Amino acid sequence: MIAGRPILQPQWVLDNLDEIGRRLGEHVLMTVLAVTIGLVVSFGLALLIRAWPRLYGPVIGISGVIYSIPSLALFALLIPITGITLLTAEIALVGYTLLILVRNIITGLDGVPPEVIDAARGMGYSVSERLWRVELPIALPVIVAGIRGATVTTIGLVTVTSLIGMGGLGYLIVNTGIRRFFATSILTGVVLSVALAVVADLALLAVQHRLTPWARARAT
Amino acid sequence: MITEMAPGTPSTGAGQGGLAVALEHLTKRYGPPGTPPAVNDLSLEIPAGQVCVLVGPSGCGKTTTMKMINRLVEPTSGRVTIGGQDIMGVPAVELRRSIGYVIQQVGLFPHVTIGENVAVVPRLLRWPEPRIRDRVEELLELVGLEPGVYRDRYPAALSGGEQQRVGVARALAADPPVMLMDEPFGAVDPIRRDRLQNEFLRLQAKVRKTVVFVTHDVDEAIKMADRIAILQRGGILAQYDTPDHLLTHPASEFVERFVGADRGLKRLSLARVADLSLQEPLLAHVGEPIADVRARLNRAGTHFALLVDAADRPLGWLSGTSLDRNDAVAEEDAAPGSALLEPQSTLRDALSAMLGSSVQLGVVVDERDAVLGVISVDAISDVIRAPARGSRPDDPSADAEP
Repeated sequence: MIAGRPILQPQWVLDNLDEIGRRLGEHVLMTVLAVTIGLVVSFGLALLIRAWPRLYGPVIGISGVIYSIPSLALFALLIPITGITLLTAEIALVGYTLLILVRNIITGLDGVPPEVIDAARGMGYSVSERLWRVELPIALPVIVAGIRGATVTTIGLVTVTSLIGMGGLGYLIVNTGIRRFFATSILTGVVLSVALAVVADLALLAVQHRLTPWARARAT
Repeated sequence: MITEMAPGTPSTGAGQGGLAVALEHLTKRYGPPGTPPAVNDLSLEIPAGQVCVLVGPSGCGKTTTMKMINRLVEPTSGRVTIGGQDIMGVPAVELRRSIGYVIQQVGLFPHVTIGENVAVVPRLLRWPEPRIRDRVEELLELVGLEPGVYRDRYPAALSGGEQQRVGVARALAADPPVMLMDEPFGAVDPIRRDRLQNEFLRLQAKVRKTVVFVTHDVDEAIKMADRIAILQRGGILAQYDTPDHLLTHPASEFVERFVGADRGLKRLSLARVADLSLQEPLLAHVGEPIADVRARLNRAGTHFALLVDAADRPLGWLSGTSLDRNDAVAEEDAAPGSALLEPQSTLRDALSAMLGSSVQLGVVVDERDAVLGVISVDAISDVIRAPARGSRPDDPSADAEP
């Protein structure tokens, strides 16, 4: 640290609003991309598990193993294959969402009351009509809970991708922050990424609230 | 095609009635040949518009039998026809849309409103929106749920009894000729069950569907059925008969034991309060001068008057000291104590309600709770003593009824 320079320099933030905004946007984009792809992949896996329930153990096991690999190590594993690219970052980020998403989709679908399924079959729903119009809507609260968890986790992990030159707000923390002993940048990155996680979580909660008015209906 | 008789037709009032259902040598075996069958060479003819109750101990295959009619279970051999046509000639999904389905746990969809729950099958059949709206309205009224109050609520906000009424409305939505009901009133308490049974019988008198009704409760079977099929373990038909004939002429020891030793008493379940001629009680209205009531009692030579409110709903009996005053009759003067009965109540339920009350005269009320008349325990015991005859116990007073 250079003597005489204040630790925090609000002026730097004002001077660099463009750069900060760009990093924030990048961060949001990488998160949305990872969670969206993760959701599509998890949904596919969940459908496979429904068709062959014996896949549940292996799928959850493998997702769990991926989840437990330290992010740095995962990048190190991927770089020889996909290089220092956005693809590397996203493969890792998607990998981390799978455990939470697959588990919650399956738990949500398993939670649909058997009598509802019996009634739906008896009234003449085909298998896919039943899935889309009955089972998924009823499983939605549990699935959205999974999406919230995956999103918050991903927002945290995106910062780590700064180590391979991506990183969104992580760039502020690592590249302009830690490497240059510049506390203002570190703090800006940390505060914004925490704030982003909180805002995303609340926004998803609001979406869930809007989509599931029935979950709040109780006997009067 | 079974669909041509169900969905497409416009619904007018009571809609179309039922179609005959026939089970021909139905066998279901869960497992390779040689394993004991769940349903064994079962043949039944259910006439159009009748209620056929499948009853028997657990493991007798009654639910399996019912589920072979809408192909939730595929038979190992034998066939089912509806209106003379083999159900295997129609895709299963299409067949099910033309058959009403009511189950014990109701199975309403928790994520959509009551209105949308009722609209399920019409939507699957892609009815136009205005027609669905009208039909939902009509059905909610039919099952006694005010559409304005209930249509936009979610199932979680309803009581068990209300939910099952929605279940029945949902099953009737596309005006199917056949209804399958699997212990539909098994999950509600006995008092509400009795009400729901009465309501269903009233409804059935209007819609005249062919109903296959599964229960393990003999009393419910006797009350609901035009015909009862008693099944025994292994899915073997023990007897298929009218309730009265079943009680008076059980075909085997198994049937005799299954219907129980109190067969005479059970016959009371076959007659309804409406079958008796009701006595007219002396009515007094709230606000009437007591002196007038007294004068009428003296003229009639009795000591009791039934106090009713402005809508003729019974409040209780007036007698003794409450008649000695000279002001107007007040609500508080009435001593409650009579059982309230509906015309659809069976005599068995009526008797048990009357024996449990302090005044052994039952007050019969209509749908709006207005007094229709009273019946006595004596009138009921006359029915027990009467010899068997046709499908109704002999009761001279019943002949006087229209």
